[in-house]
Amino acid sequence: MLATAIIMFREVLEASLIIAIVLGASRGIENRGRWVASGALLGLMGAAIVALLANVASSEFSGNPQALLNAAVLLGAVAMLAWHNVWMSAHGRQLSTEARAIGADVESGQRPMAALMLITLAAVMREGSEAVLFLWAIATGGEQGANMLIGGLGGVIAGILVGLLLYLGLLRIPTRHFFGVTSWLILLLAAGLAAQAAGFLNQVGVLPSLGNGIWNTSGILSQNSLFGQFLHVLIGYIARPSGIQILFYVGTFASIFLLMRTCGGNRKKKAG
Amino acid sequence: MRLTLSLLMVAALANIAFAADEITLTADHQKFTPSELSIPAGVKTKIVIRNQNAVPVEFESYDLSREIIVPGHGETAIYVGPLEAGSYQFFNDFDHDMKGSISVKARGN
Repeated sequence: MLATAIIMFREVLEASLIIAIVLGASRGIENRGRWVASGALLGLMGAAIVALLANVASSEFSGNPQALLNAAVLLGAVAMLAWHNVWMSAHGRQLSTEARAIGADVESGQRPMAALMLITLAAVMREGSEAVLFLWAIATGGEQGANMLIGGLGGVIAGILVGLLLYLGLLRIPTRHFFGVTSWLILLLAAGLAAQAAGFLNQVGVLPSLGNGIWNTSGILSQNSLFGQFLHVLIGYIARPSGIQILFYVGTFASIFLLMRTCGGNRKKKAG
Repeated sequence: MRLTLSLLMVAALANIAFAADEITLTADHQKFTPSELSIPAGVKTKIVIRNQNAVPVEFESYDLSREIIVPGHGETAIYVGPLEAGSYQFFNDFDHDMKGSISVKARGN
């Protein structure tokens, strides 16, 4: 039961943390809750479809299509996070000052609402399909089915709670530093997801590995540990990265950073 | 010259393991068989993962950045490497007690 709880916790954690960061970073944007909620709903539907494909369509879907889908979903999320961050760096500061006073209802058409929805969709779909498959596996596993389902449910709740804690923590950051902190978080998150995508593309053979295990920090912080997992989601920590993953990480980080600078550069003051 | 060299390499490879470029890993009940795979260094290797269970298995390795779901009673192939000598851990993400490792050995050992 505990093992089940831990596995479900890990599956839910990634989506939960990503949604928390996105919700935190979009503070002050009108209607964001509705967009994020619809993203989560669509993500769950997508997850169910993927899980079904992995099971029923079996071998045709497993292998390359599966890994390519994962890479596409991850890269889609990276693009949306980049858009969100660049938009925020251009408009975020007025938003933080005006929004709270007048309730922000200006030009919502230009806002990255679709980005919010798609990031949530991607996060929920990717982790959700594994969670669905896992739950299905234990539900049909016989003997201790019910007991394990309860454990799994406990894991889901714990995962959501951690996300909630992160969200509440983000909200406590003083407004002055808020956009600085959240945009850094999104930047690191996007770079980490890009590195994950690179792993999948290498798995399929679309990209070369450029060297496996350029360094190995498993001894210091195992990716298996809870903290390792936490950092893996938040900042893209990989204990034993391949060359291509490092390249994607650095490349994504630098590209988004430069775009943010270019688009937000004419604002009065930098964060901090 | 080229040909001789490649023939030598083929001979060396054949010495280490027959068909070193493709191996099968079977998931049956709560374990992977063999639990330790042995492959030569510097060679791209195809691993066919066969799942004998009714429930899906997710082959995952942080060391190799590999993650793939194998459906119940299904099979999937993944490629690893070329790898440097060393030990690379993998596990079933749906059952962390179900694990194994890939032992990569330098040629000539």
